[in-house]
Amino acid sequence: MTTRGTTSFKFRGGTFHALVVRPGTPLEAWLADIDKLLARSPGFFAGKSVVIDVAGLSLTRDAFLGLLDELSKRDIRILGVEGADPSCVDGRVPSLTRDKADKPKRRAPAPAIETSAPAPASSILIDKPVRSGQQIVHPHGDVTVIGSVASGAEIVAAGSIHIYGTLRGRVLAGAYGNARARIFCRKLEAELMAIDGHYLVADDIEPKFRKASIQAWLGGDALEIANMD
Amino acid sequence: MAHVLVVTSGKGGVGKTTSTAALGAALASAGERVVVIDFDVGLRNLDLLMGAERRVVYDLIHVVQGAAKLTQALIRDKRIDSLFLLAASQTRDKDALTEEGVERVIRELRPFFDWIICDSPAGIERGASLAMRYADSAIVVANPEVSSVRDSDRIIGLLDSTTTKARHGEQMEKYLLLTRYDAARASRGEMLGVEDVLDILCIPLLGIIPESKEVLNASNVGTPVTLNNPASAPARAYNDVARRLKGEEVPLVVPSDKSGLLNKLFGRRAA
Repeated sequence: MTTRGTTSFKFRGGTFHALVVRPGTPLEAWLADIDKLLARSPGFFAGKSVVIDVAGLSLTRDAFLGLLDELSKRDIRILGVEGADPSCVDGRVPSLTRDKADKPKRRAPAPAIETSAPAPASSILIDKPVRSGQQIVHPHGDVTVIGSVASGAEIVAAGSIHIYGTLRGRVLAGAYGNARARIFCRKLEAELMAIDGHYLVADDIEPKFRKASIQAWLGGDALEIANMD
Repeated sequence: MAHVLVVTSGKGGVGKTTSTAALGAALASAGERVVVIDFDVGLRNLDLLMGAERRVVYDLIHVVQGAAKLTQALIRDKRIDSLFLLAASQTRDKDALTEEGVERVIRELRPFFDWIICDSPAGIERGASLAMRYADSAIVVANPEVSSVRDSDRIIGLLDSTTTKARHGEQMEKYLLLTRYDAARASRGEMLGVEDVLDILCIPLLGIIPESKEVLNASNVGTPVTLNNPASAPARAYNDVARRLKGEEVPLVVPSDKSGLLNKLFGRRAA
């Protein structure tokens, strides 16, 4: 009679997407900015995997652990830390090294609307309105929508976002670290626009751009908007 | 074989139950065999609007759970022979609904009726989700008001993604029914106009029901507004909608309680 082998765990490698957050110094000021962001968008980090990039910040071990505490107080879940000095890392939070090729092998959280191409397309086209509550996440490139984006809908793209319609929801272009991404729309009534993490909420958008046909890009650290007519 | 219609909205209080009762009665008065089903388990109202609240013995939950047969639960309307009601339970809640149970109820009703109208509860959870799950087409009810319109947009998104039709890759026909419309307030800019709502929701317009005291009058006496006062403005509007549902082309006007010139609207055609 053969003896059954013991079941063994199987380990595989995987590549995933995470939001990389780089704290600024002084840390208190940066945490205050995070608090402002959370005050406006309490669910901003909800469900997102966050990696902290502390390369070059020369944090002491205490400062680093303090930072982790502050983030955990704000319910920001840290997947791992990049660029940390080995003396700081005590095993509480895994140390990560960025994949050299940095090519996404696995998709980020499933988009609400599936693309028809089997391989991840570099840009996707959505030819119907994006409804309130729907979330499009495309970590591979541009997103183009033929139709409007409703209030309460969200589009997150690695590249630029083009809306041939009215933008009433939230758009986050260049969301995976692309400061050259742009946002285009036929009629601006957006709740929030962001490029590579720099964002403007509706209140901060100059009234002259409301209901206008615009493009937005990142000029330095601030979003700039211009009329397209 | 019946056509299954879901009357849904997202937002509460916009006129789903009123519309279900009014349209059910209007279609049945025209000779169609109609059953209206209340999916608002625990907060049922359709029985009140149909005037059947003192005759409910078995309800949708009893049938879903196999405790009663459909024939025992269906309540025939006293005024129109071909109109039936399947009431919701008041003592249970939406967790008592099951997907298989709802699918079976609708499947068993199909051969005996021309129209199955599902009155959805408000919200986006189980009750609303099951009410729309097996529908052939949807009437999205909205008031010309920002919260209602945004909630309706959310519901439209769910109609396009969670229904059986959507899962089979088919497009569900969705129509907008704009209720509680007040032409005077719209023209003063106090209320969203028809074009504003259509611009946001991008679905064809089925009809416009004017705000009217007749709706409350009808509900107070437990009669659908189309039966209680057929000459009233909302009744005429609902009757027009029923005709459009049957495929007739009826020009869209917003009937007013006052006769007058204010009523023709852009000469637009409804869906």
